[in-house]
Amino acid sequence: MPEKYYIATKPVPPRRPRIGKYGIVDWREDCARCHNCVKKACVYDRHRDEIKYIRDLDTVDSLFFDCMGCFSCVQDCTKNLLCLAINPEYEKLGNSYWTPEIILTTWAQAETAKIPVSGAGYGGKFSGYGFDSMWTDMSEIVRPTRDGIHGREYISSAVDIGHNSSFLVLNGDDVVSPLSPILSTPMPLIIDRIPDKYALPKLDAIIVETAVKTGLLALVDAKKWPPTGVDADKYLPHIAFYFAADAAMLPVEILKKTQLAEIEDDGNVKSRIRALKQIHPGIVVAVRVELTAGGMQRAIDLAAEDVEVIHIVADSDGREIGAEHPMFIKDMIRKVHRSLIENGRRDDVTIIAGGGIALPEHMAKGVLCGADLVSIELPLLVGLECHLCQKCDDSHTCPAKIQEISLSYGVGRMTNLISAWHDQLIELMGAMGMRDARRLRGDVGRAMFFEQLEEEAFGKLFGNRLQA
Amino acid sequence: MANFLEIDCKLEDIIPEKTRKTRTPQFIQARTIRPAPPRYRNEISKYIILRNEERCLKCGKCVEICPQGVHVKSPGYKYFAQPQSHLCFGPVCEKKGCYCITACPEGALHIQENPMMKALGDYRWPAEMILATWKMAENGECPSEDYGYDFETGNSEGGFDRIRFKFPDRPPVELKEEEIDTSIELNRRHDGRPRIRIDVPWYGGGMSFGSVSNTTQLSKARAAVAWNTFSCTGEGGFMERMRPYDDHMITQVATGLFGVREETIQRVPIVEFKYAQGAKPGLGGHLLGDKNTQAVAKMRETVIGISLFSPFPFHSVYSIEDHQKHIDWVKHINRRALISTKVSTPNDVDMVAVGSYSAGTHIIHLDGGYGGTGAAPDIAKKNIAMPIEYAISKVHNFLVAEGAREQVTLVASGGIRNPYDVAKAIALGADGVVIGTVEMVALGCVRCNRCSAGRGCPRCIATTDKTLAAKIDLEWGAQRLINTYNAWRNEIVSILCRLGLRSVSELRGRSDLLMHLDYTNVVVEREA
Repeated sequence: MPEKYYIATKPVPPRRPRIGKYGIVDWREDCARCHNCVKKACVYDRHRDEIKYIRDLDTVDSLFFDCMGCFSCVQDCTKNLLCLAINPEYEKLGNSYWTPEIILTTWAQAETAKIPVSGAGYGGKFSGYGFDSMWTDMSEIVRPTRDGIHGREYISSAVDIGHNSSFLVLNGDDVVSPLSPILSTPMPLIIDRIPDKYALPKLDAIIVETAVKTGLLALVDAKKWPPTGVDADKYLPHIAFYFAADAAMLPVEILKKTQLAEIEDDGNVKSRIRALKQIHPGIVVAVRVELTAGGMQRAIDLAAEDVEVIHIVADSDGREIGAEHPMFIKDMIRKVHRSLIENGRRDDVTIIAGGGIALPEHMAKGVLCGADLVSIELPLLVGLECHLCQKCDDSHTCPAKIQEISLSYGVGRMTNLISAWHDQLIELMGAMGMRDARRLRGDVGRAMFFEQLEEEAFGKLFGNRLQA
Repeated sequence: MANFLEIDCKLEDIIPEKTRKTRTPQFIQARTIRPAPPRYRNEISKYIILRNEERCLKCGKCVEICPQGVHVKSPGYKYFAQPQSHLCFGPVCEKKGCYCITACPEGALHIQENPMMKALGDYRWPAEMILATWKMAENGECPSEDYGYDFETGNSEGGFDRIRFKFPDRPPVELKEEEIDTSIELNRRHDGRPRIRIDVPWYGGGMSFGSVSNTTQLSKARAAVAWNTFSCTGEGGFMERMRPYDDHMITQVATGLFGVREETIQRVPIVEFKYAQGAKPGLGGHLLGDKNTQAVAKMRETVIGISLFSPFPFHSVYSIEDHQKHIDWVKHINRRALISTKVSTPNDVDMVAVGSYSAGTHIIHLDGGYGGTGAAPDIAKKNIAMPIEYAISKVHNFLVAEGAREQVTLVASGGIRNPYDVAKAIALGADGVVIGTVEMVALGCVRCNRCSAGRGCPRCIATTDKTLAAKIDLEWGAQRLINTYNAWRNEIVSILCRLGLRSVSELRGRSDLLMHLDYTNVVVEREA
């Protein structure tokens, strides 16, 4: 059995007071002071531990926000003094795409590195926008293997980045066809640069350390190299430098220790790729294509020009950039993927897709739609207890006080989150009976799409679906 | 060679002596509807009434006018008791001329929607559906329209929640409620095995001892006895206390084989193979360590406190032929048993269903991806496998096309929340349904999703903690479920009357009686 991909994790508790979904409202002035107060019966001991919460005035609200929403105390109080409400602080988290549920589950995973588990079935909407309009398939019989628990120990989540030769030319035992450089990453995920509006200098060091701990690659702006306090030899194999159009070339000895570089799509792509490969023939070069109105076509054109890796990036909510009626990243990936197949180029190019990847299922679904791997940045920031409130300009107003975090806290939380995402990818692949993430790419037979299921099941019963 | 399905031999001919039918006297539970009031002191209400004590003259006008008894002023007391807001119909009283808010001469009363309604439930089980189910469990009837509970649909914006019945203005045939037949046949194979009929078109889904308490399991079993239907053991084994319910139990054979013994297979009229479950399709069962108490560990023959994972799938099944061997094995051990095969809803669910039929199953049980009561990874609950609404029509139509539909019973689960969902599922093509979550809600579940860890359910239903489990009285629990079943049956009878159908069987596959709010509802022929 090959060495198993494993991420060492340990719990990293939050620094800031927890924000829960529910809040208990306690009208104490009418309290009858019952000897057998219903609060003593709290299954979670929240009320019993009141004194612990009160000791620290900064976290006193947590008493109410740690409530699990079981209504038991509300329904048993002799004076009917307790109410349960949705916590307004919870409702303020994130935005319409990065919903409070996403923020909270990301915090939990960054803290514990565990897969969120709960009971009582699914309580959400039937389907929804973007990735919520597709389901992943499962098999009643097919498994990755019959060994271990669900065969998941044998699932390989590794994917390749670079040009994959479709055949080899041999002369006797010698391979004579040119072999392009290719690199492997242990899961279909790459860490992207934090957008400028959220960026803090200390995050760069945390991100590259996280890349080392998780064995992943992190994109780092070449202009910012070297981040303070970074051991170049240790980190460079996990760094992929991003060269903006105006970025200067890095020293050869630095570049030669990296495996991947990414360049801005500035119309001069071919000569810049050539320049990089001249310095470091073993490097894989990706071109970053913003998914604006012409973004998809540009990606398809670049593939035709033998670019080996194309990183297509939507906005942070997964939308086409600048469009009045934007497409979603899922649909843009499918379109690019299909075009590449039709042009006979799909196996010649690696597609990295970014923007709107907020949950681990988005990683799997992005790959099912046709990407080889996805890029993330905001989930890692959210893992640091960020509220995505976008009040980053003045560090004093940051509710997560991210400027105060330590390296160990940041790395621990990001590592935990990536580990939890990996475990969840394995769950999905196990259910599908898939053993290799490479084979997941574009396998829409392992996915079910809302429009398709509606048409199949309801089209012949109810006619045509009305347009929204 | 005669088709083995057509052999119509007598039951005595195929039951060998060693097949044991239980000899334990079976429990008798009357189908009596009795009030089963809530366990908790303060009921959650849709509206809350606030009284301004400074303005209130204590005239008692509100007590006089309210037919519901919301306002209570006990004799000899100067002040009113807290308003019984859960009985309040709300602003609808204004039209009926019994609105306390306007009747109060001093304007001391104020009504508002209870803000807690927003915190209760979720999109699939909104607060009003939960409150309505609690009323059904309490009284055995669907709540009066005056309460204004919209329990027929949830807010999930898809599936059953967008499907409605096209009720005619007047029923095409005038039928009396007593004429309506809600029973369904479970064995359609004519293979000499018992032709079991259940009186209602549903039975209770598998919930293991471990996932739910002993009391919860027994309450389910008693309701099954009362309504001549079934309840399922789930994967955790068969408690000795369940022996008096053998004739209404389904033994589940799941991939972990916890508690599966020859004896537990022989005791029951139906044996269910669980390949997958809607809570976590494609993943095995998962009992978190905290709930693996001494009693659970003993039953499952495991070590106390460790998390129990069932493998997925059956390690001995690689094909439909292997599945058939399993079925033959159980059929041989218990010559009177019907076989149910529980699968989830993958892309090829239609092929799975036909394969299972050809392997000899009597009941195909589809468990949709949104269902389930047990612990499951959130990512699985939301994303894996298709919702049941799609799977029912897909499988039904495929079985019809294959000519197998009349030889097999199709039941659906995974999102059946109310009697309207039952009727819609049947109209889409199922023979009946399997229920689970609604039974938990009837026992007081608020869907806080905390059933999985620690001491388990804070509402004392899905727990193995002795202190918590003891808070539910068995008689009470059984009565709540019997009442709920009654309310559901009455509502289904009412639906069938409005449609002019004499039986549930006549409703099966009548998708022409349905409409979808997001469609034109003008059927056009589609190319094959």
